[in-house]
Amino acid sequence: MMQGKALLKAGKGWSLVFPLTIFLLVFYLAPIVLMVITSLSPGGDVGGMSLSQYAKFFGDGFNLKVLWDTIWLGVQTTLVCLILGYPLALLHSRTRPGNWRSILTFLIILPLLTSAVVRTFAWIVILGRQGVINSALLSLSIIEEPLRLLSTHHGVVAALSQIQMPLMILPLIASMARLDPNLESASASLGSASWRTFWRITLPLTLPGIISGSLLVFAASVSSFITPSVIGGGRIMFMPMYIYQQAISLFDFPFAATISTVLLVTVLIVVVLLSSLGRLTRSYTHT
Amino acid sequence: MANPTLSRPLRSPRSTTKDWNRITFDAAIKLGAFTALLLLTAPTIIILIASFSAGETLQFPPPGFSVKWYIALRELPELWAAAWNSLWVATITTLVCIVLGFAAALVLTERRSRLTQALEALFMSPLAMPALSVGLALLVFFNFIGWRVSVTTLVISHIVVGVPYLVRTILVSLSQMSSSFRDASASLGANAWYTFRHVTFPLARQGVIAGSFITFLISFDNITVSLFLSDARTQVLPVRMWTLVQNNLDVRAASIAGLLVFVTAILMLLMERFVNLSRFVVTDR
Repeated sequence: MMQGKALLKAGKGWSLVFPLTIFLLVFYLAPIVLMVITSLSPGGDVGGMSLSQYAKFFGDGFNLKVLWDTIWLGVQTTLVCLILGYPLALLHSRTRPGNWRSILTFLIILPLLTSAVVRTFAWIVILGRQGVINSALLSLSIIEEPLRLLSTHHGVVAALSQIQMPLMILPLIASMARLDPNLESASASLGSASWRTFWRITLPLTLPGIISGSLLVFAASVSSFITPSVIGGGRIMFMPMYIYQQAISLFDFPFAATISTVLLVTVLIVVVLLSSLGRLTRSYTHT
Repeated sequence: MANPTLSRPLRSPRSTTKDWNRITFDAAIKLGAFTALLLLTAPTIIILIASFSAGETLQFPPPGFSVKWYIALRELPELWAAAWNSLWVATITTLVCIVLGFAAALVLTERRSRLTQALEALFMSPLAMPALSVGLALLVFFNFIGWRVSVTTLVISHIVVGVPYLVRTILVSLSQMSSSFRDASASLGANAWYTFRHVTFPLARQGVIAGSFITFLISFDNITVSLFLSDARTQVLPVRMWTLVQNNLDVRAASIAGLLVFVTAILMLLMERFVNLSRFVVTDR
């Protein structure tokens, strides 16, 4: 009882926030700082600090291609998720609360909570030589030889889009719930056609949801490891796999730290850009 | 002032183009939504069907149905050991996250200032960080301070990636609770501890349960951080499965996958029933 009171008093002040803050300072921020410092070491037995690892990274066309492929993968996945996820979120928000809506919610959330390895594995069954797509196309005699769908860039985009789509849909649903339904019906009754209402009212007002969904999907896609490594089968290289390979297989920690820092900064730039854009649209939709 | 929504739109010569417009719009939305639904659900359904295959290799559609691959799972002791490790790590991670997250969330809801906003950003930032970078950073860090890879280092790394989910759901549940409840309780003479026990905690409980569930699954499923921070002795289930999936396309992999899908779906339905899980996943603050 007395302890409880002390705890509460602490809550009124700041002390309850300390444990988590200190934990994250020690086991999250300090390691990241240490990793950045590691990336500045010249490698080998030479001491001191230099940018030689970064010169090595940006001086090699292969590395630049890996970086570009990774960013491109993130952009493609985000677009696929947005184009397919938006209609589903709209359908969800227009379904009246009840059984159908609950089923839709369940179907949207279940993939998010299912193991990533499981979801990726399902895509091997779909895209493999004896997989769903190939057997369907073969039995319809559209093709004569099984297509190579695994180990392709498009295969990775398809699988990753499915895996990340809930991250896009959930913020969209949240932003649609905030949307005043009177606005849409007002627009319709004033004679605006459906498409016009959509482009002029619904889409602009759900921009905050689009932005936070895109942010989540992009960040998750460029840093995803399992899907590209399993679907890509080691033939296509993306940044996360490159980090893993340099650190675990080649023990080149300074270079792994460099790739990791480059990836981190890339994600941070996109996050900062998108969230400042998000703040802008949020202030605009709230007035 | 007349409410424009109540007056019927005048019939105009444009009404047929408007109907057409409406039809194409609805068709486009439905087409997109059903494609998305198909894309979301088909892989899970396919994996479930493939896992009941009677054949010897992984193929779709399977030549016949049986549960023999589920039975074959009994003969994979290292898989069960890994599953046991994962359960342990996820349980400890979740318990620590509840304590750290709840305490921090209480302060964040009580006070709104620049500092709390900065702290909230810090607590949430592991969500956007590339998990693999965090894993590598932690490995470099533990090497630097001389800690060997162990269950402890694994749990620490899982807390870093798992705690944002708990902080978030607790914040959602606390913010949905009106502060007037607490004020009412206080003005009726209840002391702070009584208010916490009988007002704040019961109302935040759903958030804690939903958040614990999500954090548990995140930890149980984590691979990117575990790859760096576990060795053969502390191998966790996702890493074990990843090696299995990469090396041979075994139907056993499908039956583990099927098993995990069943367990997740059942747990999710239970959570939805008791704490209205989707409320926490769908709403934002």
